[in-house]
Amino acid sequence: MKFLRNYIDKIKPNFEEGGKLHAFRSLFDGFETFLFVPNDTAKSGVNIHDAIDSKRIMSLVVIALLPAMLVGMYNIGYQNALAAGVVETTTWFSMFLYGLLVMLPKIAVSYIVGLGIEFTVAQWKNEEIHEGFLVSGILIPMIVPVGCPLWILALATAFAVIFAKEVFGGTGMNIVNVALIARAFIFFAYPSVISGDSVWVATESIFGIGANVDGYTCATALQHLANGPEAIGASGAALTTCDMLWGLMPGSIGETSVIAIALGAVLLLWTGVASWKTMFSVFVGGIAMSLLFQYTMPENPIAQVPFWQHLILGGFCFGAVFMATDPVTSARTEVGKYIYGFGIGAMAILIRVLNPGYPEGMMLAILLMNVTTPFIDYCVVQSNVNARAKRLTKKN
Amino acid sequence: MHRVVKISKGLNINLKGAPVAEMTSVDAAKLYALMPADFTRVTPKVVVKPEDAVKAGDPLFVDKANPELQFVSPVSGKVVAVNRGERRRVLSVVVESDGKFESVEYKAKDVLSLSSDEVKADLLKAGLFAFMRQRPYDVIANPSDAPRAIYVSAFDSKPLAVNFEIALKGNEDDFQTGLDALSRIAPVHLGICACQKSTALLVAKNVTTTIFKGPHPAGNVGVQINKTAPVNKGEIVWTIGAEEVIFIGRLFNKGKVDFTRTVALAGSEVKNPSYSKVILGAQISTLVEGRLENKNELRVIDGNVLTGKKTTTDGFLGAFSTEITVIPEILNDADLLGWAAPRFGMYSTSRSYFSWLAPKREYTIDARIKGGERHMIMSNEYDKVFPMDIYPEYLIKAIITGNIDKMEQLGIYEVAPEDFALCEFVDSSKLELQRIVREGLDKLRAEMC
Repeated sequence: MKFLRNYIDKIKPNFEEGGKLHAFRSLFDGFETFLFVPNDTAKSGVNIHDAIDSKRIMSLVVIALLPAMLVGMYNIGYQNALAAGVVETTTWFSMFLYGLLVMLPKIAVSYIVGLGIEFTVAQWKNEEIHEGFLVSGILIPMIVPVGCPLWILALATAFAVIFAKEVFGGTGMNIVNVALIARAFIFFAYPSVISGDSVWVATESIFGIGANVDGYTCATALQHLANGPEAIGASGAALTTCDMLWGLMPGSIGETSVIAIALGAVLLLWTGVASWKTMFSVFVGGIAMSLLFQYTMPENPIAQVPFWQHLILGGFCFGAVFMATDPVTSARTEVGKYIYGFGIGAMAILIRVLNPGYPEGMMLAILLMNVTTPFIDYCVVQSNVNARAKRLTKKN
Repeated sequence: MHRVVKISKGLNINLKGAPVAEMTSVDAAKLYALMPADFTRVTPKVVVKPEDAVKAGDPLFVDKANPELQFVSPVSGKVVAVNRGERRRVLSVVVESDGKFESVEYKAKDVLSLSSDEVKADLLKAGLFAFMRQRPYDVIANPSDAPRAIYVSAFDSKPLAVNFEIALKGNEDDFQTGLDALSRIAPVHLGICACQKSTALLVAKNVTTTIFKGPHPAGNVGVQINKTAPVNKGEIVWTIGAEEVIFIGRLFNKGKVDFTRTVALAGSEVKNPSYSKVILGAQISTLVEGRLENKNELRVIDGNVLTGKKTTTDGFLGAFSTEITVIPEILNDADLLGWAAPRFGMYSTSRSYFSWLAPKREYTIDARIKGGERHMIMSNEYDKVFPMDIYPEYLIKAIITGNIDKMEQLGIYEVAPEDFALCEFVDSSKLELQRIVREGLDKLRAEMC
């Protein structure tokens, strides 16, 4: 690896102040620190540091997302084959390959647009590039329907990165989850590509892989349940619990498979990157709210969905594991995390049941709770402040 | 029986090169220096010129704002240099030892018959008051204040720290006299560790002893204050190092200024880490001569790995330092894709590394920061290693934004930079927390005083 190090050291002067490639300094810095751990040593304070850094934390989240993404890719192909009625004659590999081909451009668009903006801002502010978008960039294509056009995805990504993150000061300073803002942007600006029944299943063949299905429609399980007693899959048959757990049903690309998400959750909890307090209380909130509706609204079909089905359908698990636990936008105090998580779970089910227009509530619930987080933390911290003030008055 | 306080939050970092309980004799150093930067808040006024003859206990510089606060020569000899830096700031006053180690003579006194003012006056005159620090602000104490209490921590829980019981051996009487002297000024609180067995500590008189159990920072005096009687706004408590208490005892028992410390040479790059008798301010070169490994580029630290300052072998032992630590500067200068590699040999509190598998293993950690500085991203990182009843993250944010009211409300009066050393170590955003806290304290003091 010495030659690579030497080569980087050789070209480095070009990017420094006065070098002819100075305009690309942040890009060079980004790649250099990506390749080699910087050799800066402690100047003040502690002389030794823990080996953990934000690059490793962010890449752990990306690794945790991989199972959900791989199953999501397979599911794209599987739903396409179901819609065309050719499941028996299609190999699992070609289904996966089809999903990969559908997914790759989306991931590329998200990263190119997002990182492009990040590099530009880093260059402009004369800062090092921050890693936050590594995670947002993979989350964004995973939480949109397969039928979302690339240009809308690009627009949403740009909007989210600029207005949800950079204007607040970059990674670590944002109030709301960047990936969810991208989804919310699509939800409000282009509702037709994120709702209804024509965007959840891919219907066009790519390079001869996958089937062309004309005029095919299929809504998500939650949409079916909002209108009737049963969730219907892409083949026209009712979805089984097994389908729901494996994620073989229409939905946003990464959110369908509970089992794959659980694998990611285990990694995040084990490494301590995500807080178990937040995750746990999201589920508690969801269960509490769905039980409440089940007993109080007997005539509403979606209120009658059993609580465990609420948890495994739609974006509930994905949101609980990967979105609610975003350390920057979630509550930062330990007590606050319980309140914040419970709020998300309860609010998600509340929106699902009481919002007639759109039967999914996870995105809006998390965004809403993101906004209330500073208040929750304020109350928790204020109790410490009050205790200190009380100690002082008691003394005097 | 003494009160026992259990501390659960914290972290013991298992580093290679802990000093073993043995004394290694080293030659006495030729040069000694006193560095004004060690005495936080003091603006020095140098009162000697090069070539002046001094004895141990003769002032080298005094506090400009408070000239009775003297900073004295640790040895007898002649002043060889007054080193100045930018804007003529005094960096150090260097004394060349004459090898006689003569001290200014004082009368031995029975401290328990003295008044508070008499003790203070004697300490000021002998230059020992210079070791008294105060909370809030973690600065050198002002002799005209009346503190609520004086806190002494008799153990250091930092990684590779010295074992005070070794320094105490043979100095038990002086230690008790020192505590007696302090108890004339204000009630003295002695914090000891559950592992300490020395009777001089367990049955120390004229003090309130508390036993602290738990990982670092249990030995930090700030944590001990917070766990027993936290500092409120408007209150002042003084703190002093356990070895400095022995200096005070020597003054009253023997009538001499004797700054002989038991200093540890520790760290992964030291052959046979152990203790030596060294006089405060000694040039480090004589202590480390022939005792360092030369495989790696070295970082010589004046003090502990968590709180000490980077220096060189030509540097001097700081006024408050009880150890010299030597670690590698950079272990691997081409650490390819370090953020993704398993990095089996590296220590981390994060389970994304594998050091949790071998909790007993001793680690060699180099001085690299191992990551770029970021905004605060992860939550609950600091809280896990910060046992005080304070929200460290919020306090740091209040300091960064310069919000004086918030700093006060969140408890800045109770903390010192060293209390944030562990937070700084574990921080994945690599913020310089000790520097931030120091700046916050300075800003607040400028505002309030």
